[in-house]
Amino acid sequence: MATKGKPPKPEELSKISYTPPQRNWMDIPVEFKPGMYCHATRPKYLEAVGMPFPRDWSPADADWKLPDNWKEIILQGIKERLMKYRTFHVFMDICVRCGACADKCHFFLGGGDPKNMPVLRAELLRSVYRKYFTTSGKIFGKAAGARELTEDVLKEIWYYYFQCTECRRCSLFCPYGIDQAEITIIGRELLNLLGLNLDWIMGPVANSYRTGNHLGLEPHTIKANIDFMLDDIETITGIRVETTFNRKGAEILFIGPSGDLFGVPGNYVTMGELMLFHEIGLDYTWSTMACEGGNFGFFTSMEVAKKLYYKIYSEAKRLGVKWILGGECGHQWRLMNQYADTWWGPPDFLEEPVSPITGTKFENAKGSKIVHITEFTADLIKHGKLKLDKSRNDHLKVTFHDSCNTSRAMGIFEEPRYIIKNVCNHFYEMPESTIREKTFCCGSGSGLNAGENIELRMRGGFPRANAVKYVREKFGVNMLANICAIDRAALPTLMDYWNPGVDVCGVHELLGNALVMTGEIERTLDLRGEPLPGKGGAE
Amino acid sequence: MGILFSFAVVIAIVLIVFAGVRGAGLNYLFAIIIPYLALLTFIIGVTYRVFNWGRSAVPFRVPTTGGQQFTLPWIKSNKLDNPHTSYGVIGRMILEVLLFRSLFRNTKAELHDGPRLVYGSEKLLWLAAIAFHYSFLVILLRHLRFFTVPVPTPIQFLEFVDSFFQVGAPLVYITNFVIVIALLFLLYRRLGMPQIKYISLPSDYFPLFLILAIVLSGIYMRYFDKVDIVGVKQITMGLVSFRPTIPDGIGIIFYIHLTLVCTLFAYFPFSKLVHMAGVFLSPTRNLANNNRMQRHVNPWDYPIKVRSYDDYENEFREKMKKAGIPVEKE
Amino acid sequence: MMYDGGKIIIGLLIFIGFSTFPFLFTMGKAVAKPEPKIDTPEIQKMVDKKCIESKQYMKTEHMVILNDWRDAVVRDGLRLYKSKDGRSFDMSLQNTCMKCHSSKKKFCDECHNYVAVKPYCWDCHIAPQEGT
Repeated sequence: MATKGKPPKPEELSKISYTPPQRNWMDIPVEFKPGMYCHATRPKYLEAVGMPFPRDWSPADADWKLPDNWKEIILQGIKERLMKYRTFHVFMDICVRCGACADKCHFFLGGGDPKNMPVLRAELLRSVYRKYFTTSGKIFGKAAGARELTEDVLKEIWYYYFQCTECRRCSLFCPYGIDQAEITIIGRELLNLLGLNLDWIMGPVANSYRTGNHLGLEPHTIKANIDFMLDDIETITGIRVETTFNRKGAEILFIGPSGDLFGVPGNYVTMGELMLFHEIGLDYTWSTMACEGGNFGFFTSMEVAKKLYYKIYSEAKRLGVKWILGGECGHQWRLMNQYADTWWGPPDFLEEPVSPITGTKFENAKGSKIVHITEFTADLIKHGKLKLDKSRNDHLKVTFHDSCNTSRAMGIFEEPRYIIKNVCNHFYEMPESTIREKTFCCGSGSGLNAGENIELRMRGGFPRANAVKYVREKFGVNMLANICAIDRAALPTLMDYWNPGVDVCGVHELLGNALVMTGEIERTLDLRGEPLPGKGGAE
Repeated sequence: MGILFSFAVVIAIVLIVFAGVRGAGLNYLFAIIIPYLALLTFIIGVTYRVFNWGRSAVPFRVPTTGGQQFTLPWIKSNKLDNPHTSYGVIGRMILEVLLFRSLFRNTKAELHDGPRLVYGSEKLLWLAAIAFHYSFLVILLRHLRFFTVPVPTPIQFLEFVDSFFQVGAPLVYITNFVIVIALLFLLYRRLGMPQIKYISLPSDYFPLFLILAIVLSGIYMRYFDKVDIVGVKQITMGLVSFRPTIPDGIGIIFYIHLTLVCTLFAYFPFSKLVHMAGVFLSPTRNLANNNRMQRHVNPWDYPIKVRSYDDYENEFREKMKKAGIPVEKE
Repeated sequence: MMYDGGKIIIGLLIFIGFSTFPFLFTMGKAVAKPEPKIDTPEIQKMVDKKCIESKQYMKTEHMVILNDWRDAVVRDGLRLYKSKDGRSFDMSLQNTCMKCHSSKKKFCDECHNYVAVKPYCWDCHIAPQEGT
């Protein structure tokens, strides 16, 4: 087992060389560096969702206790997936190795390991594909870029496919749109055929299957957590906000990431949302089962991802709501935007979403009937339905981190910015090459937000952190806003490591601060319960 | 190793032609049989590859979005980089195929002291790629003057434009210079840039050497060791009219040039060069970001075991009731 | 079984159309090869029917010779061409070349049209009157 190592100091870690070694990459065997990989999944998690080959094993061990026919399983798995995914099939064939993707990956920029250049990460698998599925590879072998599938090769694929956060930045720059995220997703599916997943992914998957959320919160705990938040809101605003769970006949079902029900600073996002819904008198409810829009199944296999998303539409149907409002979460929105309807639609029992407050039809969600909360809130603000006091966020100098999934698998850029600009006086953009569609990953996405791979995470987050450092030095930025629960879990550690003093928040926390509620007491505290500078004498 | 190997293969092809034509007199093989076989391999091979890709399903609609989504009416959406209609997709594909839009975005990351990561604009790869591909296209089209009688006006016009400066005799083509410079730059990237060298395979060097050899042999034939061009056209017209003929006295350089071209055509379907066709089939580019408006169907979807609400409630009913959360069965 | 078969087949047809364009354009028709006429009265009169250089050389290099002639005459004022076998000629398209090859149509154009070459000689020079 890898030890929960402390990462080297930032000064050490930022000494990065992008010059590759002299030896051919095929001749350099994989080396499992502590701090750069995660623990293997415990067998019980695989058993919980009926996945194959549950066993105790460790990545650092020489013997991975693979089944005898592991090679056939992988090769058969590749064959099957070539027919199931045109992405995979085309991407295996058409790369010209132009190298445009090489310095686009945050793991390469933060670590310099050439196998983290997306093109080489793909070649790890492509070389195997060529050996067994192309004429030239079969005949010419290494000269055609082909190699045998051995245990070492399998381990190498495992090591590097769990050093990819499926952020799609490479895909944006690729002249053919080759998407390493897609290749990683399929590569991980293959590894899962042999039970080779991470504990940090399979734990949440097993939890999510049983309780509906990654954290394993049972229904009464969800209610208790939200009740705590309602208490805090009362302390801050003097208003007792009400909410409901599993209420049939509500107009809207709200589904956010479960991270926002539990941890700091995600819980402040939920508080902001609770306050907003109360203030506008929204007829909505929570589902204790569909209380998680995130889906770690997506980091496992498409089948498991689909399995975990059954609850979304089925709960909407059971509760008889008209449409679904989705919270601030990154990969939740990859799935709600690109997969949900295909998996479990068409949701013809729902109605085309219309804002009950402004009457706005959300035309872009007329099929799947799922609206992003920043679309919803931006519309409220645009129609002047909210009274906002920006000065309550005056102690914050805010920048906005676009999450990978909402950027390159959706394109929701203006909505969160519109909200931020309406609730904050001090907003500064990071450099153009590091935001919007060109945004950098937090370094911990796609199930890599564990403790034992902390060095990997700090390396992967380096480009993002470095852009934050720039606006911190230039404008004094002290708050990194985002619309993703993984960001809220991962970025605080990253900021502490690279840019101490920069805090992390969701957009609806900022909104909650600025929202002037009917009948509220004079605000002296922000949602974190800290005194608001310049308000009520607490300087 | 890959570099020398690829270079050696190209040299070997030249030597084989030399021996075959000069030594063994296999003119018919090199001027008639190999060209037919190469073209057939090219057409059938590419068609087969595309057909094969077509047999692979597109289970999910997964475009890579490069701009603001279509959303509230007062927010301007980016219709080309984040298309939500078929027109947008066509526009995006045109930009991608004709102007290499994604490559145009290219940046270059550099790590400075501080540490400070800076991203400079890096358009040289784009420029070289555009220069190479368009020169190649123009040269290919220009060659239609050897394969058509009468030569269509657009082809004659293209030739007129390409030799616009009216320098030398025979006239010098602009594309000849451009393609050589572009190829040398692309080769320099692979040989001189450590990262690119590291990722390069023999199959990356080979097409570069091969195309360079084709271009240089063509230039050599046009300006330095001229061949009887009327005789050459008799061969080519013989080929396209299925009345093969070989006049005497055509220089060896022609056979070398032709065989190198045939090698490129025959090699094409088995290599990375199929990106020419593959770019059209890339699902991250050729699909609209409209999943929330229009359902995409997965053709191989199959039923799976799920956890029903009943199972969920059965496990948590007592806790739910105690917390005051409504349940289906009391 | 293909997915998006319609679009893919249209694409493939376009591809095959482009790749076989010369074949489709020619449709198997035999194309007459050019027959430049060298039976002008002037040539008939010659005892030793020889051009300024060998036939093979003239075939591939005539454009270079003409280009050199132009430069020599227009830029340097030189008018005398010495052939490889020591004969002398006036460097003149109209007075030397066209004297024998008196029909542009039946001599020059025959090949030039075949391979679609448009020499710009006649941008300045006046082509000889063609006797029909």
